[in-house]
Amino acid sequence: MSSLLPADFADLEPFAGTWCLPTEPERWARRMASTMAEMEPFYRAAFPRIRDALAYCDKFPLDDMPDQPRHLLELVHSVIMVAMCVEVWHQPKVIDSGAAELHRIGEPLP
Amino acid sequence: MALYPKPAEGSWTSHYPDVGTGFVSYEDSISPEFYADEREAVFKRAWLNVGRVEELPRPGSYFTKELEVAGTSLIVVRDKQGEVRAFHNICRHRGNKLVWQDYPREEVSGTVRQFTCKYHGWRYGLDGACTFVQQESEFFDLDKNAYGLVPVHCDVWAGFVFVNLAKEPPQSLREFLGPMITPLEGYPFDRMTERYDFRADIDCNWKIFLDAFQEYYHVPFLHPQEATPAARDKMTGFEAPHYQLDGPHRMVTADGVPRRLWPDDFQYPIEIATRSGLFGPWDEPDLGADLPGTNPGKVKNWAIDNFQIFPNLEILVWASGWYLTYRFWPTSHNTHRFEGTLFFPKAETASQRAAQECAAVMFKEFALQDAGTLAGTQEGLESRAAGDEFPLSDQELLVRHFHHAVGTWVEDYRRSREARTTSTGV
Repeated sequence: MSSLLPADFADLEPFAGTWCLPTEPERWARRMASTMAEMEPFYRAAFPRIRDALAYCDKFPLDDMPDQPRHLLELVHSVIMVAMCVEVWHQPKVIDSGAAELHRIGEPLP
Repeated sequence: MALYPKPAEGSWTSHYPDVGTGFVSYEDSISPEFYADEREAVFKRAWLNVGRVEELPRPGSYFTKELEVAGTSLIVVRDKQGEVRAFHNICRHRGNKLVWQDYPREEVSGTVRQFTCKYHGWRYGLDGACTFVQQESEFFDLDKNAYGLVPVHCDVWAGFVFVNLAKEPPQSLREFLGPMITPLEGYPFDRMTERYDFRADIDCNWKIFLDAFQEYYHVPFLHPQEATPAARDKMTGFEAPHYQLDGPHRMVTADGVPRRLWPDDFQYPIEIATRSGLFGPWDEPDLGADLPGTNPGKVKNWAIDNFQIFPNLEILVWASGWYLTYRFWPTSHNTHRFEGTLFFPKAETASQRAAQECAAVMFKEFALQDAGTLAGTQEGLESRAAGDEFPLSDQELLVRHFHHAVGTWVEDYRRSREARTTSTGV
């Protein structure tokens, strides 16, 4: 099977199937369905690669990205999502957000 | 604290004597009777922002807008001449909702050459004229020219599309916006083409939620996590360097050093990694030195202008080169729909996209704290257990002014209704 991510980022391939998600609603749903124990290893592995990943993706035009760099950018977006849980809240859910929901209904892709 | 000079009167609030310094009633946010009058007095008389011109890129581009508060649905469309028009979204034949897809209550958008009713096939041009009646000869004395779509007053300012549901709006849109808001027309809103749109159904009165976005007194307490643990102790209170009121509109300016210059331990690691965060992308676009209408108080280290345009639109301009809008649409006396949009210049690279993504993600995190908290505020107010004399500080001037402005509009409406009733002897 061909890999989702560029070869330079093969170390992140084990997370790609779970976290290469094009839209925020998908990333949000995955976050809320995950435990900290599931998200922390992803964050630990992928956070240190953000700058390299973006430098790699920057070599391609944003409006015409081949699949592998596009997946890599989606993975960076998932690190941002998971960073909220790991760095800010120390839990998946926003503290004091109660039953509130806020839906992202429009966004540029990718 | 007094970080900043206050006006000569001693406070921002006493600088604007009309709003007073007394206790404030929140009956306007819990009373179904007040809400019934507010719908008529405010939402059927004020200019309301329903979108941006970028949503109507070419002739035939349209979107529908559900306005529960006014009990109607609108079609907003760019006609063949390029003019933006608004109509009630109702077929004149037998009142069917004209434009919708799958679910009549869901908003839709797209591009059409004409509007065709799903029910009996009547057609309307982009100018609203009725152009086709199925089996026209079967009708009796039907004058198609008199059966065009019902127009709604519509005007565009700075690319923002406004409607007014009054038969004859007492003021033009520009007169209504007034001298504090209209100079913003020169701001390059049209360059901010990357949008992140959010929507929420919130369990509180629209004014309760809006209040949370027009004062920063709550920030250190409701949102301590906006600061990193190292910075949290420094976030002891909030003072704004400039407040300004104009008619029913109001604004507050905040200042501060650009986030990229803060020490590393005052940033979350993800902010450093993406060069972005709650305050937006760190690498600023070049919008030119002159941003008309911004920073009316000429504040040093200007960071934010938060313009509250009556009744339910916020335009928040970041000095770092992006802006956002919030709209609060009542759906009942104790619920509303929130619409928030973040606008950035076009991202050219993946790094720029990730920076925008980080800003959009962090916006949602902290807005959820407001949304979670204010459902509790609504319940607390509705209990009426705490009396109805709420003290507001000088840093909550805009909250005070907002409720005062809504109250004034509702009182005016009630007085004119009474006058009508008396004069007709009913």
